Amino acid sequence: MTVESTAARKPRRSAGTKSTAGKTTSARKTASAEPELVQLLTPEGKRVKNAEFDKYVAGITPEELRGLYRDMVLTRRFDAEATALQRQGELGLWASLLGQEAAQIGSGRATREDDYVFPTYREHGVAWCRGVDPTNLLGMFRGVNNGGWDPNSNNFQLYTIVIGSQTLHATGYAMGVAKDGADSAVIAYFGDGASSQGDVAESFTFSAVYNAPVVFFCQNNQWAISEPTEKQTRVPLYQRAQGYGFPGVRVDGNDVLACLAVTKWALERARNGEGPTLVEAFTYRMGAHTTSDDPTRYRGDEERQSWEAKDPILRLRAYLESANHADEGFFAELETESEALGKRVREAVRAMPDPDRFAIFENVYADGHALVDEERAQFAAYQASFADVEGA
Amino acid sequence: MAAEKMALAKAINESLRRALETDPKVLVMGEDVGKLGGVFRVTDGLQKDFGESRVIDTPLAESGIVGTAIGLALRGYRPVVEIQFDGFVFPAYDQIVTQLAKMHARSLGKVKLPVVVRIPYGGGIGAVEHHSESPESLFAHVAGLKIVSPSNASDAYWMMQQAIQSDDPVIFFEPKRRYWDKGEVVTDAIPGPLHKAQVAREGRDLTLAAYGPMVKTCLEVAAAAAEEGRDLEVLDLRSVSPLDFDTIQTSVEKTRRLVVVHEAPVFFGSGAEIAARITERCFYHLEAPVLRVGGYHAPYPPARLEEEYLPGLDRVLDAVDRALAY
Ligand SMILES: Cc1ncc(C[n+]2csc(CCOP(=O)(O)OP(=O)(O)O)c2C)c(N)n1
Repeated sequence: MTVESTAARKPRRSAGTKSTAGKTTSARKTASAEPELVQLLTPEGKRVKNAEFDKYVAGITPEELRGLYRDMVLTRRFDAEATALQRQGELGLWASLLGQEAAQIGSGRATREDDYVFPTYREHGVAWCRGVDPTNLLGMFRGVNNGGWDPNSNNFQLYTIVIGSQTLHATGYAMGVAKDGADSAVIAYFGDGASSQGDVAESFTFSAVYNAPVVFFCQNNQWAISEPTEKQTRVPLYQRAQGYGFPGVRVDGNDVLACLAVTKWALERARNGEGPTLVEAFTYRMGAHTTSDDPTRYRGDEERQSWEAKDPILRLRAYLESANHADEGFFAELETESEALGKRVREAVRAMPDPDRFAIFENVYADGHALVDEERAQFAAYQASFADVEGA
Repeated sequence: MAAEKMALAKAINESLRRALETDPKVLVMGEDVGKLGGVFRVTDGLQKDFGESRVIDTPLAESGIVGTAIGLALRGYRPVVEIQFDGFVFPAYDQIVTQLAKMHARSLGKVKLPVVVRIPYGGGIGAVEHHSESPESLFAHVAGLKIVSPSNASDAYWMMQQAIQSDDPVIFFEPKRRYWDKGEVVTDAIPGPLHKAQVAREGRDLTLAAYGPMVKTCLEVAAAAAEEGRDLEVLDLRSVSPLDFDTIQTSVEKTRRLVVVHEAPVFFGSGAEIAARITERCFYHLEAPVLRVGGYHAPYPPARLEEEYLPGLDRVLDAVDRALAY
């Protein structure tokens, strides 16, 4: 089956499933029935052929493969450090990406510099690919700011806490890109839980109607806090796209190569004026939802164990080793680099100053506001009254 | 008398349990309310005991939660829905404001919508953004909604019972930073009316009026002021809409000074409404303008600044000093 760009006209199942398309009844199956995944690397690290998507990674060099591996290892190390820092009281909260490295690095590395990324709150690996310094991500989790970076310096928007909101921003941004006649693309990240939000449905509608160059990248990590995907949908998520008139594909979210290939394909469609695509990266949240969650209340260990066998990092390592693309020296060096990153993050967080009190009144408006000025002055006078007492 | 000491969150849990037991039409709905028992465990154990058709884990969609609760209420059910945090009520704001609030009037009184929307609200727990806001004024401006907020375990228990029994939609703001505070709950007493304010502490020199999380703060202020020889009265308003102006008036006629305290921004907040009405009612009794202490006209700040933003002991005492200086 070829991937068609005019999905709106011809009802199709998915871009990812192979020759069975049209024949199967999977559209009628529930979410628990597992449709075929686009996979280029098996859990054992064996490279498998895929007629549709191989071409998107055909020219990939051993060095690039090692780069993907390095990205995943360092992202996991950063994430582990942040989790530890939360446990040590240095961060108020942390949303771990453990298990989702391949989905994030694969898709993140598929983006071009002039593309624009709209993340939710767990996209630490995508941020890494965009060149955002990982320590920038920690400010809001430490409680010193509510964002903390300039989205335009890496085309990586601020984290969005309100579920699903950013999918509409991404769509609007993409509509702007199209109006400008640019060939860049936009990618919006969200979770399986978010797919239930009205905003996400509306973003599908708008992007389809205006043929916006946007890729919806849903990381289906199986859980929205305590609720399994079945509590959000009765059809496989990627099939949602069909009803809106654009293609959807399910990719093995623990296969970095497949995520890279499928996202490249989807971004290319966007650049070519073929409109939106929904990519469902089928993956797993290995840890708790956030550090304040207790997953033992709602899921068993066996599930996690079965997903551990599909670990994205071990999988690529097995492939690199079997293909002789990396030697012991590479892994050892990476280990050292990884430790250094952990140390840098730890030190940066501990050195992060508390914000100045007057930051409350900063940037409330771009043009200023008389009430804010008045309240700031009152606040200053109030603070000064303590200084007098303390000084006396 | 069945009296028990329990945390405020537990009191709500017990109250929901009682409602589920006594009325088969009561439903509990929301994100993660089932197996997890809610992110604050307020609904802990309810699904286990009442099943998935009474205690419903919903899709992650607030507009959907409130909108379907409206439909269930139209069909005779009494849904109690949970919005996980204050900042996440806005996807449902349209349903609450344009539908839930107005259907009774639009149907010429034929339709009743006994829906309770539970919202853990307010700051002081060191959370990330959208987890600490106090949006009560945004709802109080809308006719057709009743808005209440308990400050202690006993009220949490009884006000929830009364909210569920009310035929009007009730927005039930739960002071999340007081969830773990324990208090005595008498489960077979007959409670006072839902929308009546209470004198939480009697005093002669000045009235502090607050609701929800700020009642405890005001009681602490009164205790601190007492050490300086000042005798403050503290009112627990309990209900933001309707507001019990009579109780405030009675108090102000006695103390002649009023300071209103809430976490929400002062500008266009509930304190402004109280100040305006009490000035109108008590103009000749007042010795000082009604003062307000609350949040600034700024987004709720990151956790490390929230103590500066939230009314604390010092800021309220400062307002007390200013009012007494007139
Ligand atoms: C509008 C809104 N409702 C509720 C929440 C609380 N909440 C935060 S994350 C989350 C689950 C999200 O699940 P999913 O979309 O699958 O993403 P994941 O965290 O699994 O990556 C919920 C309910 C929120 N942040 N925003």
